[in-house]
Amino acid sequence: MSDIMTAKDLSLWYDKTQALKNVNITIPEKSITAFIGPSGCGKSTFLKTLNRMNDLIPSVKIIGEVCYNGQNIYDNSVDVNELRREIGMVFQKPNPFPMSIYDNIAYGPRTHGIKSKVKLDEIVEQSLRDAAIWDEVKDRLKKNALGMSGGQQQRLCIARALAVKPKILLMDEPTSALDPISTSRIEELAIELKKSYTIVIVTHNMQQAVRISDNTAFFLLGELIEYGETEKLFSQPTDKRTEDYITGRFG
Amino acid sequence: MLSKKRKAYIGGMKAAMYISTGLTATLVIFLVAYVFIKGIPHISWELLSTKPSYISGNIGILPDILNTLYIVLSTLIFVIPLGVGAAIYLTEYAKNKRLVSVIEYAAETLSGIPSIIYGLVGMLFFCQFLGFKTSLLAGSLTLVIMNLPTVMRTTQESLKTVPQSYRDGAFGLGAGKWRVIRTVVLPGCVDGVITGCILSIGRILGESAALLFTAGFAHALNGIFEGLTSPGASLTVALYVYAKEQGEFGVAFAIAAILMILTLLINLSATLVSRYFAKKREL
Amino acid sequence: MKKNKMIERAIHGVFLILGLLTFGCVLLITIYLVISGIPAITEIGLFDFLFGTKWASTADEPSYGILPFILTSIYGTAGAILLGVPIGFFAAVYLSKLANPKVKAFMEGAVSLLAGIPSVVYGLVGMLVLVPAVREIFNIPDGASLFSAIIVLAIMILPSIIKVSMTALEAVPKEYEDASLALGATPVETYFRVSVPAAKSGIAAAVVLGVGRAIGEAMAVMMVSGNVPNMPSLFQSVRFLTTAVASEMSYSSGLQQQALFSIALVLFLFIMLINATLNFFLKKEKD
Repeated sequence: MSDIMTAKDLSLWYDKTQALKNVNITIPEKSITAFIGPSGCGKSTFLKTLNRMNDLIPSVKIIGEVCYNGQNIYDNSVDVNELRREIGMVFQKPNPFPMSIYDNIAYGPRTHGIKSKVKLDEIVEQSLRDAAIWDEVKDRLKKNALGMSGGQQQRLCIARALAVKPKILLMDEPTSALDPISTSRIEELAIELKKSYTIVIVTHNMQQAVRISDNTAFFLLGELIEYGETEKLFSQPTDKRTEDYITGRFG
Repeated sequence: MLSKKRKAYIGGMKAAMYISTGLTATLVIFLVAYVFIKGIPHISWELLSTKPSYISGNIGILPDILNTLYIVLSTLIFVIPLGVGAAIYLTEYAKNKRLVSVIEYAAETLSGIPSIIYGLVGMLFFCQFLGFKTSLLAGSLTLVIMNLPTVMRTTQESLKTVPQSYRDGAFGLGAGKWRVIRTVVLPGCVDGVITGCILSIGRILGESAALLFTAGFAHALNGIFEGLTSPGASLTVALYVYAKEQGEFGVAFAIAAILMILTLLINLSATLVSRYFAKKREL
Repeated sequence: MKKNKMIERAIHGVFLILGLLTFGCVLLITIYLVISGIPAITEIGLFDFLFGTKWASTADEPSYGILPFILTSIYGTAGAILLGVPIGFFAAVYLSKLANPKVKAFMEGAVSLLAGIPSVVYGLVGMLVLVPAVREIFNIPDGASLFSAIIVLAIMILPSIIKVSMTALEAVPKEYEDASLALGATPVETYFRVSVPAAKSGIAAAVVLGVGRAIGEAMAVMMVSGNVPNMPSLFQSVRFLTTAVASEMSYSSGLQQQALFSIALVLFLFIMLINATLNFFLKKEKD
C-alpha cells in the first residue's frame, strides 16, 4: 500500500494558542485511518488541515507541510477548490442543503461544470448506491432532504461527498449525532468504501476505531502521541499516555 | 484550476456585488452631500428664530420647529403607555395563543399601512368624528396609531429577556401579579421603551403624508397647549409646501438639511443605545 | 383580600384593553375605509370606477375612472422592484458574506440613514436633480414622469430590501456553507448557490416588503411624477393611487371626495393582500 498523504512538522495556532504541535504522520491509500483522543486534543483541527478547511478562520496560522500525492497542499500554486474536490469531507452534524435529495447530490458535480441531465442522473444514482441509501430514497429524489432521518441525512452527506469523485474522504465524528443502528450502518458503509477510497475518520468512540480502522493515531494536547496499526495500538500501546487513555483512565 | 465558465460566473457575481454596493454607497453620500451643500448656507439664526410674514416677505421656520416638537412630545406621551401596556398584556397576561397571534398580526398589518391612509382615517375619525378639527393633536393621535406597533414590538422584545426566574421569585414571595409587573417586569423593559422611542421619533420627524390632512399647514407661532388645538405644519410638511407650492427651494433645502442632521443623530443614538444595552446585558 | 382581587381583576381588564388596541385600530381603519369608500363606488358603478380610463373629477360632467391610477401604481411598483431588488440583493449578499467588518459597519450606517431620510427630502432632491436630468437625457418636455417616480421609489425601497435580506442571509447555518466549500465550491459560488436558496423565504419577504413600501409611498412620488391622471407611460406625467388621494383631498367635496375615499379603499385592499403575502413568507422563514 502506498502513502497518499503525509504531514511534516505541522503546527497550528489560533491567534496565540497553539492547537497542533509538530505533527508528523503518513496516511496509506485505500485504508481507514482513525484519529482518537480526548476532546480538545486537536484531532478535528488536524483533520481540517488536510483539506484546508481551517483557511476559513481568519486568525489561524499554519506552519509545516501537508503533502498530497507529493505536492504540498499549502503551496501557493495549489487550487484550494480542486483540492477540496479530491479530498471530501463529512461533518459531525449531518448538514444536507435545504434542497431536494437529487439537488443535494447534484450540487457538487454541477459546481464543477457538469450540466447534462443524463450524466447527472447517472452520478446521483451511483453516489446514492455507493452510500447504500439508493433503495431508501429512489422514489423520493425530488423531496426535500431535511425530511429524512438523521442517519439517512448523514449517508446522504456521504453520497454528496462521493458525487464529486474524491480520492480521500475525511469524516469528522460522523456518527456522534446518530443512534446505534444508524451508526453501525455508517460503519459498514465506511468498510465498504475503503475498497475504492482512502478514509480518515475522527472519532471519540474507541470501539468504533477498533471495529473499522486499519491504523489509529492518538492525539493529546495538540501532539500526535502514538500512531500505528489499530490492533497493535490497542493491544500493546508503547506510550504510557496511550495506555492510560485506551484503558479509560482519562478523557 | 477553475474552468473558464466558473471563473466567468464568479467574476460576474463579484462585479454585480461591487457595483450594487458601490452604487448604494454613492447614492447615500451624494444625497447627504447634496442636501448639505444646498441647505446649510440657507440656515441662519433668523430663519430658525422667526415666523414667516407675508407683509415683510420674511420666511422663518420657528413655528414649524415648535410644531414638530409638540407633535413628537404629544405622540410619545400617548404611544408609550399604550404600546407598553399592549406589550405587557401579550407577554404577561395573554394565555390564549390564538388571541396573541391575532394581535400580533394586527400590529404587523398596522405597520404595513401607508401613511396616506392613516392621514385619511385620522382626518375622518379625529378631525371630523371626534371634532378635533385640523390640529396638531389630531395629527399626533394619528401618529400614535402608526407608532403603536413599533413601541409594542420593542417592548415585547425586551420583556422576553427578563428571566422567568425573577417573576417566579417575586410570585414565590406572595406578590400579586400587578406588583410583580410593577417591580420586576417594568424595570426590565426600559431598554425596549427607549429603543421604541428613538425609532418612533425618527418616524414622526420624517412623516408628512399622515399629517397633511390632520395637522394642516399653518405657520402660526403658538405655545404648546394652544398649539395642540390649532393647525400647524411640521418641518416635513413645511418643506413640501415651500418646495412644491411656493418654489422657495432655499428654505426647503435648509429644512431638508436640518431633517438630515436629525436623522443622523437619531440613527447614531439608536446605535449607541443598542450597543449600551447589549453590553449591560452581557454583564 | 377581596379588595385586592378586585384590583387585580381591574388591572387585568385594563391590560386586556391595551392589548386589543392594535386589533381595534385595524378594525377602525377598515370600517372607516369601507363605510366611506362604498357610497361612491355604488354611485359610479364598480366596473366604471375600477376600469374607467378617464378621471376628470372637476369637469362639468365629471368622470371617475381610476384605472390610470391602478395601472400607474402597479407599473411604478413593478419598475421600482425591477430596479431596486437586484441592487439591494447583490449588496445584501456582499455585505452579509464578503465585506470586511469596517465596510460592513459603514454600509449598515449608510443603509439606516437611507431608511431614515424623510420622503419629502427624497421628493425635493428628485424634483431638483432627477426631474431636470431625465428631461435633458431623454429629451422630453417634462421630466416629471413615471420614470422619475420609479427611480425615486427604487432608491426608497433599497434599505428594506438590503436589511431584511441581510438578516435572512446571516441566519443561514454555517454548516451549509462548510459542506459546499468542502465539495470544492468557491466562497462566491457557495453564497449564491447554497446560502441564497437557503434564505429564499427571507429574501422573498424583503421583496414583498419593498412592494408594500413602493405602492404606499405618496409624498416623494407626488413631487416627481407630474401628477396628471394619464394612462401610464414611462415618460409621461402620471398619478398614483396614493397621490390621487393626496392631491385632491384638501379641496374636494361631495361625490369627488367620496371617490377619493374609494381610491383609498382600493389601495388598502392592495396593501392587505401584500401583508398577507408578507406574513406567509415570514412564517415560512421562521420554520
